[in-house]
Amino acid sequence: MNLRKYIKVYKKFLHTSLASELEYKTNILVDLITAILSLVGSIFLLSIFFQNNGYIGGWKFEEALIIQAIYTILNGITNTWFNPNLTEIVKHIREGTLDFVLLKPIDSQFFISLKKINPSGFLEIMLGFLLLFLCIRINQINLNLSFLTLSSITLSCSIFILYSLWFFISTTTIWFVKTWNAIEVLRSFLYIGRFPLNSFSFSLRIFFSVFIPIAFITTIPSEVFLGLSVLWKILLEVIVAALFLITSRKFWLFAIKFYSSASS
Amino acid sequence: MISNLIKRKIFTLLKVQYSNMLEYRVEIALWAISGIIPFFMLNIWTNNNLNESINISDALLSRYFLCAFFVRQFSVVWVVFSFEEDSLMGKVSPYLIQPLNPFFRYFAQHLAEQITRFPFALIIAFFFFIFNPESIWIPNLVILLLSIVSTFLSFLIQFLIQSIVACLCFWTEKASSIERLLFIPTLFLSGLLAPVVSFPAYVKSWIYLTPFPYLIDFPANLLSGNETNISGGLSMQILWIFLLFPLFKKIWSEGTKKYTAMGS
Repeated sequence: MNLRKYIKVYKKFLHTSLASELEYKTNILVDLITAILSLVGSIFLLSIFFQNNGYIGGWKFEEALIIQAIYTILNGITNTWFNPNLTEIVKHIREGTLDFVLLKPIDSQFFISLKKINPSGFLEIMLGFLLLFLCIRINQINLNLSFLTLSSITLSCSIFILYSLWFFISTTTIWFVKTWNAIEVLRSFLYIGRFPLNSFSFSLRIFFSVFIPIAFITTIPSEVFLGLSVLWKILLEVIVAALFLITSRKFWLFAIKFYSSASS
Repeated sequence: MISNLIKRKIFTLLKVQYSNMLEYRVEIALWAISGIIPFFMLNIWTNNNLNESINISDALLSRYFLCAFFVRQFSVVWVVFSFEEDSLMGKVSPYLIQPLNPFFRYFAQHLAEQITRFPFALIIAFFFFIFNPESIWIPNLVILLLSIVSTFLSFLIQFLIQSIVACLCFWTEKASSIERLLFIPTLFLSGLLAPVVSFPAYVKSWIYLTPFPYLIDFPANLLSGNETNISGGLSMQILWIFLLFPLFKKIWSEGTKKYTAMGS
């Protein structure tokens, strides 16, 4: 019953935000070109790294391309859902409109995380999958059932971790009001997800797997694709994802206790 | 008399904007931190011994990336985002009545932000030297002055390009997506992620004709003591400014004619 209500509400969300976004059609085209150029740029950068070396951190060029593909998919998801919604929290709090969200007879986290959608991100997701299929052919990966389940488990865990990171940072707005730039910091950290974790020095590797688990987001799913992953790594990713989701939820409920609306 | 007036205007603008910026110190500190991508790139380069193939020693390469970080810090431009917001909100109308081109206001904003950012950039550089003590160097005074000039010129080029894009707001409502598109070549070709010397020959043959390498690569090479053509670089920077300025004036006068205020 409850679930059905949320699905119904989400359909309405989709309808309204798609209708408003599709008004800017050229904008979507420009965003698509941006996504393509961005992918070309990163492959160009990668090719510079591999110019005179066969391996970077133990990864061949064709293998490192898988990481690019997964990064592009995740970036597309970020641009479709996380970016338009979670940057809105900042606005809600500055302008005091969070009151209206909290008053609605619906879960506030659900409302805040899924209200908007940016259709140009879809194109980026498709671009990422296109590259991924190309990589599967280049690397001659056999598609079978266990591989498909493992890769979809790890990919969805990555999405959960990514979402929780974004949601965490945006939630801190309740105290600091303007965390626009904190999101920029997260974005620049996420940038290293474009490269295999092993290509970084030991201290950075520790930092990016313990404090900000960016390592889990792209490297582990890519290892699954290459058949290199060990079971404990996948289990670890599942645990980390669950931990992050639960804490981000708890953190939100904790944070809204401190929310005092704009003029009180 | 007239020069005195202009001086007073500029001084007042700067003072107002500086106090404005000081209010958001944390914002600016976070923004400074979000610019540390060059350090991650440096980590990949040195950790995989990629610099051997382009004949740059570890110390010189780390200096290069530190300088790239600095140049980027003092040439960040966001005028299109401010202008887009102002023009969507109808704030441009009162600015247009004033006997001062609104872009002076944005220009003062950027300069004030750079002054606020300076101490944070120094702190980040200090930490950088703690981790990389072998890269400490003292550039001589002439080089330091020249690189400050070329960083400022790089800032001017980017400010002009973005102002031209911002003027497109008079025709379309979302000019910032065009800026995001232009940012991609800036990111990959300016030398922020990899020095231009390391680029493959087929790119190097035409890249020096574009403004990109003069945005970060040239000032960073100059400051870090890497090999570069000083007079050639500076004259190219000035040439680009001379090319872009009339274009901006043209598009500005066309745009203001086209402008219709909210509700008219």
